[in-house]
Amino acid sequence: MQSFAELLDRLVYTTARNAKLKLLEDYFRATPDPDRGWALSALTDGLPLRLPIRKTLATILAPHVDPLLYRLSRDYVGDTAETVSLLWPDARLNEPPPRISDVVAEVSAASSREFPRVLESLLGRLDVKGRFALLKLLSGALRVGVSARLAKTAIAQTFGREVEEIEEVWHAVSAPYADMFAWLEGRGVRPDPGRKATFRPVMLAHPIEDGDWQSFAPQDVAAEWKWDGIRVQLSARPGDVRLFSRAGDDVSTAFPDIVQAFAHTQGVLDGELLVLRQGVVASFNDLQQRLNRKTVTGRMLQDYPAHIRLYDILFDGNEDVRTLSFIERRQHLEAWYERFRPSLADVSALVPFAAFAELESKWQLARENGIEGLMLKRKASPYLAGRPKGHWYKWKRAALTIDCVLMYAQRGSGKRSSYYSDYTFGVWKTPDELVPVGKAYSGFTDEELLRLDRWIRTNTVERFGPVRQVKPGLVLEIAFDAVQTSSRHKSGLALRFPRVHRIRWDKPVQEAETLDAVKALVPS
Amino acid sequence: MQKSRIESWLYPTDRGLYCEPGQFHIDPHLPVDRAVITHGHGDHARSGHGAVLATHETIEIMKVRYGADCAGSFAAANGGQTINGVAVRLVPAGHILGSAQIVLDWQGTRAVVSGDYKRSPDPTCAPFELVPCDLFVTEATFGLPVFRHEPAEREAHRLVASLAANPERTHLLGAYNLGKCQRMIALVRQAGYHRPVYLHGGLRALCDLYVRLGVDLGDLRNVTDSEPAELKGALVLCPPGALSDRWSRRLADPLTCYASGWMRVKGRASQHGVELPLVVSDHCDWPELLRTIEETGAEEIWVTHGREDALVHQIGLMGRRGRALALVGFEDEGD
Repeated sequence: MQSFAELLDRLVYTTARNAKLKLLEDYFRATPDPDRGWALSALTDGLPLRLPIRKTLATILAPHVDPLLYRLSRDYVGDTAETVSLLWPDARLNEPPPRISDVVAEVSAASSREFPRVLESLLGRLDVKGRFALLKLLSGALRVGVSARLAKTAIAQTFGREVEEIEEVWHAVSAPYADMFAWLEGRGVRPDPGRKATFRPVMLAHPIEDGDWQSFAPQDVAAEWKWDGIRVQLSARPGDVRLFSRAGDDVSTAFPDIVQAFAHTQGVLDGELLVLRQGVVASFNDLQQRLNRKTVTGRMLQDYPAHIRLYDILFDGNEDVRTLSFIERRQHLEAWYERFRPSLADVSALVPFAAFAELESKWQLARENGIEGLMLKRKASPYLAGRPKGHWYKWKRAALTIDCVLMYAQRGSGKRSSYYSDYTFGVWKTPDELVPVGKAYSGFTDEELLRLDRWIRTNTVERFGPVRQVKPGLVLEIAFDAVQTSSRHKSGLALRFPRVHRIRWDKPVQEAETLDAVKALVPS
Repeated sequence: MQKSRIESWLYPTDRGLYCEPGQFHIDPHLPVDRAVITHGHGDHARSGHGAVLATHETIEIMKVRYGADCAGSFAAANGGQTINGVAVRLVPAGHILGSAQIVLDWQGTRAVVSGDYKRSPDPTCAPFELVPCDLFVTEATFGLPVFRHEPAEREAHRLVASLAANPERTHLLGAYNLGKCQRMIALVRQAGYHRPVYLHGGLRALCDLYVRLGVDLGDLRNVTDSEPAELKGALVLCPPGALSDRWSRRLADPLTCYASGWMRVKGRASQHGVELPLVVSDHCDWPELLRTIEETGAEEIWVTHGREDALVHQIGLMGRRGRALALVGFEDEGD
């Protein structure tokens, strides 16, 4: 537990991805089974412990701390688990600190009546970092800036593997993953993902660049519409159907309608998850209503009907077809669809074209038709994990641009920590009131960043911690994909994928866009 | 002899705490005729007073910070003295080099104005000396029970270990320029780190003074005189405000460290973008505050600055009279 506590403590303060990976790898290399497995579980899916932690903490803390002092402390610290870890009396016993496996064993063996006593005893054997780690472990979410995928990447790097290899076996193993570690260390066989409906690493596309067009002829590539949903993988075996995000997170529980529709099928399919009403694709906003939910009501299923547009097949039944060409897989996909005919699904249509000029004229209609753009896929390419170069391309519809006024700037992190590199910009609500519509971190060169940084330092009107408010004096031309309504922002709007397109040093701020004009860009 | 009520001869004014029979202020924040100064930090020692009584070290610190003529006259306290009939004694407070508690005896009553103080050991200054008293005037910088400082030696070892584990990264340590900076250097020396330590320009003068006053800090060099290659993997100290300022751009991939009692709370550490927070403070933590209040035996406790509300509440729970003085001009951000 001590080394895990130290790991969490360091991760809290580490922002650079490579530095996080180094900390994780050092930990996984130095920690024995089963502790490293439980740690990995905590960093990915969460430990399988569900307890009334909040209520219990209040009960066991009462004899130790005066209520007013607790309240003042909690207000200052801002986080209950951290406050308790700081307030709890330091251990006076000479008992050794518990290991993570001890924590799992003691907590899972405890009845809800025994739990307060067990928690007290664990807290009493730990130092402040250990107590913090314990309370984070038990409350489910660690929030130390490590995604499940980053943790898996660290495992892969620790043992000289690719992260895709870890993902392949991930859903066939469970905490504390003794069989997976045995395989990684060459002491055991590879866990067989065939037994369960498991995730297979997905194939990703590159944005198409001008130079790419010379590398293929029209007859070498197939085109499909790029729909504005989320990329999913449907993995079905008899009695086990699961829906995964492209990062391998199991999102099945949020989509029982999809799971039901594929119950009779078998295979692993790639597609876009959409909300579809009478054959018309709804906005991404509508799809968001269905995401990240633990439970869904019947009402939600009715109001936001989910649908999968299938565009590839990885396993046809039990047959691995990933090494076949796109064209061959496409035949498998169409035949598979004919065989099972799952409701709430269709096959993504190919967009026919003879010349690229013809394709371009179709691409130009994408925005008008509410489509994100086109996908180009080499007909001869196999299905490859990751983002291989030269196989799949996304050709997004042209960005929209608006002129906005820089309002706030915030220091970046890591290499950019001495630069004001994160910009909040706004548009005119009235001729003299700006409202923020978004934030951008990219789209400028290092030289431009230097100049922006200098401009911000000399035009600051107020400072709030790491944030500076600047006087309205600089126009940023912002490129973005779309405008959505949003209750989170004061302007009622949110831009998707905003980035700085040009810095308009020359333009008077009065000529920046108005809020009404931006509102008019929301698709009806 | 009947004891006088303390408030009748020692009380806060808009210039600071005032001893009426002695006709002097303690740590006044505005210029006064006669000032007794506890220690050299800017919120306690200011320039422009008429006569200043302080320890020899504090006077030297004031001269470095504000110039030799920053007060009309200086008197170095040696043992006890009497000012207009009030016995005044300066006793080590353990906060920084030269820091003192002001012990006042008047008509059979004793008040101790502690300034800032700590109980944990510090290789750069004399340890806190306990003086039993009727009134104890305390700070409350870390006046919440969540504040328990780590042993400073252990934190210094963490820093030295990180220097060894990341030989390609410059360790940029933010530390207050008076006290914390020199203590951190002395601590890493004790922890076995003997390579040169590089200083931001704002730290040089006071480090030199410490050395002149007999505190050994080892090989100190200026960042401005050093080649970038030399700084790779080195320990560089700067004032906290310079941590994420343009100044730090000359350093290759710096690992930001910050030595302060505030680092105990994750939110505070993240706010500064700190990668290696070190919980080292020159102030008492909560248990030390309570222990000191208990040990002085004082019936009456005045709290000058910091988190007064929590500490005054706690003093009540301890069966003593607590009072928040709400003196203006003190800061708690420096530590």
